[in-house]
Amino acid sequence: MRKKVLKLVVTFHTTADAMAMEKACKEAEVPGRLIPVPREISAGCGLAWCAPLSEREKLLVVMAEHGIEQEDLHECMLL
Amino acid sequence: MIYMDNAATTLHKPDAVKTAVLAALDTMGNAGRGASEPALDASRIIYGAREKLARFFNAESAAQIVFTANSTESLNIAIKGLICPGDHVITTVLEHNSVLRPLYECRERGAELSILGCDEKGNISYDEMEREVKENTKAIVCTHASNLTGNMIDLKKVGKIAGKHGLLFVVDASQTAGVWPVDVRENGIDVLCFTGHKGLMGPQGTGGMYVRPGVRIRPLLSGGSGIDTYNPHHPSQMPTALEAGTLNGHGIAGLSAAVSFLEETGLDVIRAKEQSLMRRFYEGISCIPGVKVYGDFGTEQRAAIVSFNIGDYDSSEVSDELNTEYGIVTRPGAHCAPLMHQALGTVEQGAVRFSFSYYNTEEEADAAIQAVKELAQE
Repeated sequence: MRKKVLKLVVTFHTTADAMAMEKACKEAEVPGRLIPVPREISAGCGLAWCAPLSEREKLLVVMAEHGIEQEDLHECMLL
Repeated sequence: MIYMDNAATTLHKPDAVKTAVLAALDTMGNAGRGASEPALDASRIIYGAREKLARFFNAESAAQIVFTANSTESLNIAIKGLICPGDHVITTVLEHNSVLRPLYECRERGAELSILGCDEKGNISYDEMEREVKENTKAIVCTHASNLTGNMIDLKKVGKIAGKHGLLFVVDASQTAGVWPVDVRENGIDVLCFTGHKGLMGPQGTGGMYVRPGVRIRPLLSGGSGIDTYNPHHPSQMPTALEAGTLNGHGIAGLSAAVSFLEETGLDVIRAKEQSLMRRFYEGISCIPGVKVYGDFGTEQRAAIVSFNIGDYDSSEVSDELNTEYGIVTRPGAHCAPLMHQALGTVEQGAVRFSFSYYNTEEEADAAIQAVKELAQE
């Protein structure tokens, strides 16, 4: 198996919020992708936004600018 | 064939709609169910459609747009999810059964209903509407345009009455969405119900509703949502709160392409074409002896519908003759608008309804005028 690294995982209440996040991050060229919610996280929506830890500030700015409501922001060991 | 039953459904769709549906049939997984590419592709297309429709109706955000199968489903969700026993609701005789029947069900469960009448041209009185407001009035539910006469209701006026008295304002935009601009915030609309397959020119089986932030509607359906799986109740977050089960993703892909087509073409261009055809046809037939046209043609604010009768001929026979002898498709009968027919005195005879779309032509309108002339002379 590949080695796990610590990553940021943003969870959402709805799929619509998750899709808004993907669109906003793509437009702002903030790296990351939608993943199925890892099992250690309890989340409403089955989709989560996964990004490198270094992108935390940029992510928060994008979410604030687009009014995207996050459920929670986690740091998880992921592949 | 000359198709003039666009108030029932628009037969001719933009090519982009067909292309989008076909492409979606090849690529779409189940939206909101997992993070695989097919699932994400579906989620992206559906979210894109929400965004477009939010912009189209000037909604606060994409999350306020809910997808349903049609206006009937949207109206059932809105009416049954908002009205409780003891509430009073104001509606009009212009309404389609998709408004009336859910309201009748509410009445059977203890709600009160006031149904505004109309004048001989089929118009309502806004003063009378306001006089119907009483202490337990919860909502005004009305159409934007009658599917029989084409007469429109002034949403701004009704929105003001609703706003002044703190009432919910639920609008049925089945006959206008895609042709007339509907700005939910400017008109004080709390819930807008629309179908995708008429003026919006999308596929059948698509429709939806706008719900103003803060308006809580009890869901009609509960079930799979792709989120909050271990919650025994259906999630309360919009838009999922009012969407249970797999959406009609393939159809919504088509609807999304249709909205893009409307935006690129311009509603003013589409409306001008429809209005010009309607006016041409109306002027061509209204002077024919024996022809009686229903509705108010003294205004530019109307849907592109012309309903009429010839003498005392059964509307079904006239429509059938138009179909079989001239290849012109119209709709006779009662049009699911029982109270409007009662008001016009056409319950027995019905009416022959012509309804125009962006894709009809002046030649078709002229052929239709000639056909009505010939039938009226027989």
